[in-house]
Amino acid sequence: MALKTAKMAEQLELFGCIQCGKCTGGCPVARKTDLNIRTLIYHMLVDSDMDVDLHEELWDCTACFTCVERCPKDVQPAELVIALRGELVESGRVPETVGTALMSIFRQGNPSSMARQDRELWAEGMEESLERAKEAAQQGCDLLYFVGCIPSYDQRVQPVARALMRVFEKVGLDVGALGTQESCCGNEVRRMGEVGLFEMLAEENAELFRGVGAERMVTTSPHCYNTFTKEYGLDDVEVMHYTQLLARLIEDGQLTLTGNLASEEGEKKRVTYHDPCFLGKQNKIFDEPRALLEAIPGVELVEMDRNRERSLCCEGGGGRMWVEGTNLEERLAFQRVEEAADTGAEILAVACPFCLLTLEDAVKVRGLDDQLQVMDIMELVDRALDEESEE
Amino acid sequence: MGETMVQEPRIGVYVCHCGVNIAATVDVAEVAGAAAELPGVVISRDYTYMCSDPGQALIRQDIQEFGLNRVVVASCSPRMHEPTFRSAAQQQGVNPYQVEMANIREQCSWVHKDQEQATKKAKSLVASAVAKARHLHALEEREVDVTPGVVVIGGGVAGMAAALDIADTGLPAYLVEKEGHLGGRVADLNRTFPTMESVPELLEPLIERVEHHPNITVLLNSRVSQVDGYVGNFEVNVAEGGTGDGDPPRERPLSVGAIIVATGYDVFDPDRKPEFGYSNYPNVITSLEMEERLMNGDLTVGGRNPERVAFIQCVGSRDIQLGNPHCSRVCCMYTAKQSRLVRESLPDANVTVFYIDVRTFGKGSEEFYDEARSKGVRYRRGNVSEIYRKPGDPDRVVLVAEDTLLGEPIEFEADLVVLAVGMEPRGGAGEISQLLKLPRSADGFFLEAHPKLRPVDTAMEGVFLAGCCQGPKDIQDTVAQAKAAASSALIPLVRGSVPVESATAVVSEELCAGCGMCVDVCPYDAPAMDQLWGVSRINAVLCKGCGACAVTCPSKAIRLQHFTAEQVLAQVDALVE
Repeated sequence: MALKTAKMAEQLELFGCIQCGKCTGGCPVARKTDLNIRTLIYHMLVDSDMDVDLHEELWDCTACFTCVERCPKDVQPAELVIALRGELVESGRVPETVGTALMSIFRQGNPSSMARQDRELWAEGMEESLERAKEAAQQGCDLLYFVGCIPSYDQRVQPVARALMRVFEKVGLDVGALGTQESCCGNEVRRMGEVGLFEMLAEENAELFRGVGAERMVTTSPHCYNTFTKEYGLDDVEVMHYTQLLARLIEDGQLTLTGNLASEEGEKKRVTYHDPCFLGKQNKIFDEPRALLEAIPGVELVEMDRNRERSLCCEGGGGRMWVEGTNLEERLAFQRVEEAADTGAEILAVACPFCLLTLEDAVKVRGLDDQLQVMDIMELVDRALDEESEE
Repeated sequence: MGETMVQEPRIGVYVCHCGVNIAATVDVAEVAGAAAELPGVVISRDYTYMCSDPGQALIRQDIQEFGLNRVVVASCSPRMHEPTFRSAAQQQGVNPYQVEMANIREQCSWVHKDQEQATKKAKSLVASAVAKARHLHALEEREVDVTPGVVVIGGGVAGMAAALDIADTGLPAYLVEKEGHLGGRVADLNRTFPTMESVPELLEPLIERVEHHPNITVLLNSRVSQVDGYVGNFEVNVAEGGTGDGDPPRERPLSVGAIIVATGYDVFDPDRKPEFGYSNYPNVITSLEMEERLMNGDLTVGGRNPERVAFIQCVGSRDIQLGNPHCSRVCCMYTAKQSRLVRESLPDANVTVFYIDVRTFGKGSEEFYDEARSKGVRYRRGNVSEIYRKPGDPDRVVLVAEDTLLGEPIEFEADLVVLAVGMEPRGGAGEISQLLKLPRSADGFFLEAHPKLRPVDTAMEGVFLAGCCQGPKDIQDTVAQAKAAASSALIPLVRGSVPVESATAVVSEELCAGCGMCVDVCPYDAPAMDQLWGVSRINAVLCKGCGACAVTCPSKAIRLQHFTAEQVLAQVDALVE
């Protein structure tokens, strides 16, 4: 089915494009697949129709938004990918795995085909804390903790959520949680082009948040943070990524990390940090995660050459958790873990559930296991807490 | 400055067709007919083009024949032709302030379709103008003497060129430069385009001439700290010296007739484009750093001559996200110049320019660009998106881009990268703008009075612009503009006097209670309290006739001449009748 280009080109304001090529030049997947966002824009401008079916490479986009960051004319190239995916979604022409994830979100509120009633599995061993938080959310609390799908269900990421909960309790925050009532934030849903489902989720979630009435919200994932701050219109709520909240707690002296991660010989642990696209490039949160790492005694932070605005996407976002894309052999995460290993770091720290899973897989595939460990910053913070409690 | 006694009004009304602009929508004959019936109107006519020579002659004839002492022209906006009709009336001895305009084009025929309604409205507008005309007073036209001399702010090429032209006429020029030397940004350059002239050879004689000119006073390490006055008579305070080493600035008051602003530009800070890694990699440099290297004849990186040199255009220009939507106009050409010089000194090197569009509009520029390419400079279309270090090679970087002509993402290795940084408004432009009440355009540069017809004038009479403070430009255009600013600034100085607005506010001392509210509201600092008498006095030269004081005054002691309550109310009454 051919898409009429004129209306979409106008709605997305593609006419501002001067074809400078910074979008495709900066696109992390352009070099390994057929995706060329600049030529897609050009076709939208000069052709009257587009056969979207021919563009399988649309599913290669990770929604890292480098193209949007780099565009000097403030065109939003990534939004074209999302809109074109929307055309495919509308008529049901989506990769099977994407369809499954979307259906699961619609039915169970999570992309992983897990049951809604199992959403509290993350709190294993700290059920009482969760019950208290749920009670607080009922009564009206100061801070609402939005756990997110992957931290709720994925066993590799669950410890991150538990560690956060421990910090909240230690500092004595008035924190609430939604338990099984919590649903997918929809960030990836929108980026996969399923606008209808996204709007439904956003409406229901916003209603739920309003019901709790918390002034502040904190998320585990930069992806949830991104959509809450940019696409929900939650004007009365201050939404934070956990790295922001914790960096502030440390700065204010409410949280002190006393456990030391250095070896017994006093050798510091070399840690490098990978900026997640949805935290760094898209939301300019570069300093807080680093401040948090540097507040951990016994940690030596070393930088990769490509850091901050130039961080390399791990290729796990924008729906890419559920679709492999057209070039599986050269996952960007492979390149990224090698860059991390080159710094001599023992730990590759991340602050995003998707990055954690994608990079950890890459470390295994590349056989770097004995050299490099991928950890969420929260897991390192947790160690500094644990060691203190043992003292 | 007073008003003459009101004579018995004898009014002539002239309704213009403006071709079909008015006549197609408004029944002009009917409007003229209705006006003839109004009290005080002696003669009423309609004519095809009132502003034409025969149209003006008609007014002059009628003044003579019927002894008219008021003229009402119903035509276009007064902004268009009020001066025309005032001057026609004046030639026959009618005071220009006894001419009134009714705008039946912009405010009637152009915005309405219904002829009947439009004609009715035009009649009302004419009746209103006639009502005001009956109450008009003659006002005396005034002139004030000017103080010879010009302050030029900024000692770069623009300021020096302007100061020289002023001084060569024999008038004094004061050149105020904030740095300790003259020359400005041009002093950082190696050669000019497109003639490849040596900049020191160009600049040094110029500085020499300025420094030794008997009519130029060069004030180094100096800043303008205060500006008072108006066209013809500015009082400029300069804080001179004060370099910091226990040397406090000296206040130096200067009295001049005009001011030329030539404060230049700032160079774009490439750290605002972190994707280029300017602060991370020593071999990523700005074009100005390249000028320095070319001047020193040293292109080495890590002790070796580079094998691959890349130039990136439009760094910080044409970028809406950065708030710099403008083209900096010089980068295409200086990049052609630098890349050509690199090719000449390193004939084996790969020299590649990454561009979006190549703009070579100046005289000799396209030919210069042709020459750069013929020397073997490679141009690749596609702007670079990111730079990172080549893994395992600390001296080499990788440029990631798309060659948009090939439609392929590329990785280009380079030993030396030159960022063609653009021009931005001076960080201190806001301060100058406040001092001189100079408006700025959306891009932050100073705004000229009209982009085509008054390119060096500003909204502030007597203040002129030269060089890059008005917008990015090359040396040729800068000097041309500086010479234009000098000649415009000389107009009042040569005339010796300047006309001042007569429709100003006056204080009736018997009514004034001395509350000082007029002093607070005036944007031009025209009213001041007379401490001895406890009343406000308005400096008629500073007053622009805006009327803010007149409406503010609680005692109704201030009257705005030509817009008195009596005149305005008569206008309103006629409209609502």
